[in-house]
Amino acid sequence: MRNVSINWKDRIIPVIFIIISVLFLTLFLVLPLAAVFMEAFRKGVESYCASFKDPYAWSSIRLTLLTAAIAVPMNVVFGIVAAWCIAKFEFWGKNVLITLIDLPFAVSPVIAGLIFVLAFGRQTTLGGWLIDHDIKIIFAVPGIVLATVFVTFPFVARELIPLMQEQGTLEEEAAVSLGANGWDIFWKITLPNIKWGLLYGVILCNARAMGEFGAVSVVSGHIRGETNTMPLYIETLHNGYDAVGAFSVATLLAALALVTLIAKAIVEWKVKRERMIDNS
Amino acid sequence: MSIEVKNITKRFGKFTALKNVNLKVPDGELVALLGPSGSGKTTLLRIIAGLEEFEPNQNADILFQGKSVVGNKIAERKVGFVFQHYALFRHLKVLDNIAFGLRVRRGKNRLSRTEIRNRVLELIHLIQLDGLENRYPDQLSGGQRQRVALARALAIEPKFLLLDEPFGALDARVRQNLRRWLRRLHDEIKLTSVFVTHDQEEALELADRVIVMNEGQIEQDGTPAEVFHHPKNAFVMDFLGSVNLFHGRVVSGQVVFDQPPEGKQTQFFVRPHEIELLPDNRDGAGFPATVRRVQLAGSIAKIELTDRNNKEIFVEMSHEKYLLYQFDVTDTVFVVPKKTVVFEEDYSI
Repeated sequence: MRNVSINWKDRIIPVIFIIISVLFLTLFLVLPLAAVFMEAFRKGVESYCASFKDPYAWSSIRLTLLTAAIAVPMNVVFGIVAAWCIAKFEFWGKNVLITLIDLPFAVSPVIAGLIFVLAFGRQTTLGGWLIDHDIKIIFAVPGIVLATVFVTFPFVARELIPLMQEQGTLEEEAAVSLGANGWDIFWKITLPNIKWGLLYGVILCNARAMGEFGAVSVVSGHIRGETNTMPLYIETLHNGYDAVGAFSVATLLAALALVTLIAKAIVEWKVKRERMIDNS
Repeated sequence: MSIEVKNITKRFGKFTALKNVNLKVPDGELVALLGPSGSGKTTLLRIIAGLEEFEPNQNADILFQGKSVVGNKIAERKVGFVFQHYALFRHLKVLDNIAFGLRVRRGKNRLSRTEIRNRVLELIHLIQLDGLENRYPDQLSGGQRQRVALARALAIEPKFLLLDEPFGALDARVRQNLRRWLRRLHDEIKLTSVFVTHDQEEALELADRVIVMNEGQIEQDGTPAEVFHHPKNAFVMDFLGSVNLFHGRVVSGQVVFDQPPEGKQTQFFVRPHEIELLPDNRDGAGFPATVRRVQLAGSIAKIELTDRNNKEIFVEMSHEKYLLYQFDVTDTVFVVPKKTVVFEEDYSI
């Protein structure tokens, strides 16, 4: 009898846990996502499409793409350089650098935005000089790019540092002993070894760059057609009671998120497979 | 190509890895750097290769064939380096691994695609891995990887070969085979080679010359027979094989082993095979000990004993000799050291 009861318990507990997980996921993830698409198509496909005829919608999409197109490559370059330094060399102040890389994760995005407003605002010497020379940073595109770069700064570096540390410098040393120069070593040895980790970091970095709201909101000034990114534009529409418009643009961001997740899953699967080959 | 190292010192923070090391490797020889871990042997090898800097000193120098290479880039030194854990490029096939050094070559020495391919296939044949050129490193066994690492180092036509613990990560059988193979390869291509090892058997069997290192210094430099039969000091004696340490006095030209030790003692080192065991001491020679273990598997008989003070003694003898008396565990026998070695300075093992 005891055995039977244990078996029964053994079976029921995982089932309960699975039901709780599924319910939780449905309630907090699937339903909101479904709601976005349902709201967007509530008045039919025509009004959904109409939302994109607005030139302001297009300008917000363009601005978001532009911001990501600048921020992601910058952080890729920075991330690789920083990870390379940290993982492959010993130097004074290394821990300080690692902490600094994590700073954007630790600071609230709104504070991050405010930092730029305070740094480049009218009241500072730098801000005054910029205004005198007619260079606009805050409430303009450069400010948005700066804020996005700041917020997405850790993704690539954080992804690469543990990977490169684990791989060590043996292969690079071997390449040096075979007469390779720094350029050859980077392109032929280091980069192929980190490519999946790098891609993973780029995907996360890009998703965040396109979706960032808080920091960008503070520095943007919400000027329609000029400094509204997609998340900001969605908020503007929503505040103006244009639910269909807001949710239509939101479907694009949601679709981006889904593509990101799928790409991430593929990359993770690839990495796992390579690890398995490595370990066998 | 000969290698000469002059007055090299190396520190890692407060730790001194090498203390004013001087060394000469004659052209065409296969030399072993032998020592325990932390003795500085790998550091010395890396400094010769140019992978590591040494402490600047106006007398410090590294010469290849009489010419200083200090300040030369690693690529200019043309050193073939084989790393301890192979360090093969894991994303490249065997063929591309071996071809790497040829493909990154710039300028007029650059070979054409077909030349590179032919050279690589020749090397694959040399390391007896024909047909495996399209495998990835993780599809090879340890011994095969080691040979690929060797071929990769040889591909750049190095002036000499440096090997860091070349057999360290392999199991005993593969080690044996690869060791003999490397010796034959060396006799064939006559490339000056230096290898690092902590295995005295490996060093003695493989090398033309053995350089024994300890605590950042060279203790002895000589042929395997020299360092084995005429060790300069107690460290070398101890490191090159098991050894027994006895305390005793020299009385009118005769060694007297006091049991227990009395007065001023001298240390005597005796190799296990230089000890005779007798069932009694009719001649008055030797001192008593008890047999603790007899090990007959293998080419010689190995007997472990303890003396009256419970100090362990190791004895090796031929099976024929063992059959003469057939000592058994708990028997009391008399230990007669036949050849003792005395060193002046103190050293304890």
